[in-house]
Amino acid sequence: MLPPFQALLDEHADAIHRFLVASVGPVEADDCFQETFIAALRAYPRLRPGSNARAWLFTIARSKAIDAHRGARRRPVPVGEPPEPRDGAPATRSNAADGELWAAVGALPEKQRAAVVLRFACDLSHREIGRVLDCSDDAARRNVHEGVKRLREVWA
Amino acid sequence: MTDRIERALKKAGRTDGNGVGEALRRLADRATTEGLVDVAYARADSPFGDLLLASTRRGLARVAFLSVTEEDEVADELAARISPRILRAPERLDDARRQLDEYFEGHRRRFELRTDRVLIHGFQRQVLSRTAQIPYGSYLTYAEVAAEAGSPRAHRAAGTALARNPIPIVIPCHRVLRSGGLVGNYGGGPEMKARLLEMEGAL
Repeated sequence: MLPPFQALLDEHADAIHRFLVASVGPVEADDCFQETFIAALRAYPRLRPGSNARAWLFTIARSKAIDAHRGARRRPVPVGEPPEPRDGAPATRSNAADGELWAAVGALPEKQRAAVVLRFACDLSHREIGRVLDCSDDAARRNVHEGVKRLREVWA
Repeated sequence: MTDRIERALKKAGRTDGNGVGEALRRLADRATTEGLVDVAYARADSPFGDLLLASTRRGLARVAFLSVTEEDEVADELAARISPRILRAPERLDDARRQLDEYFEGHRRRFELRTDRVLIHGFQRQVLSRTAQIPYGSYLTYAEVAAEAGSPRAHRAAGTALARNPIPIVIPCHRVLRSGGLVGNYGGGPEMKARLLEMEGAL
């Protein structure tokens, strides 16, 4: 039996939003968030009861983030904008450094980017990341590892 | 080194506090507009504790007393019995909430709400249809309702049907009493039933 869709929102909306902010930046994240949950709501009655709803939602969110990235590449907008500073505070040195990190995250190959964000911003296990990326646990682990390695090269 | 990167990544999306709240409101609106919400629900307060109101596209399907049950439990029940596409969408219950407020304040004697009787089956349908016609300020006995629903000897079954009324207050099952004027049981408690009947001037 499927739980109320509202229960999925209560449980996972924050993490999905975090994933999207980290994947596509705060501006695109809001639209991706709407697209993700509208698509999820549409498909929900066909979800097999007992499925891992969290991994399912992240799978949808990932595909919406990929769409947003494709769109962004067509437009002259830099990918991976940094999260906006709170209360419009002026960018500090650490904000600027974060900005470079987001640019670096945005420049990662898609699978590594998703793996890194799912692992660190959303706290998913390697097994769950494997489900979202449709690969083995080991491949998920490798993508996280490779992604972090690359980030360290450009953001040391 | 890794720690610094991990820490920065973990901060992602935690910079704005009300982002998700606003996004969720927009989602409920858009999902409603696109016809993807099979059941919308909201809490409402009342002099007898909080209520949960739930509506389908056809109308009000459920009024639950949160003094005796939990919001999650009701949502689970609605997901199982109507559809799992259920969302908190308070605006869709605004009309019901307003009319209930007016009723509890003593300013409304009948509800002008469409109801969806999707949770009502079999003999219960006849019993509750008859009950829905009992006017404000009067009452019937279980035996009378059973007789008028077509089964004079089924007063016990009528009692069960009333006890499981999914839309209490709007379908006024509090207006059905035991013979001899005894108030009898009620989903929100016998005291609530007595107070409603007093307010209506039936007792």
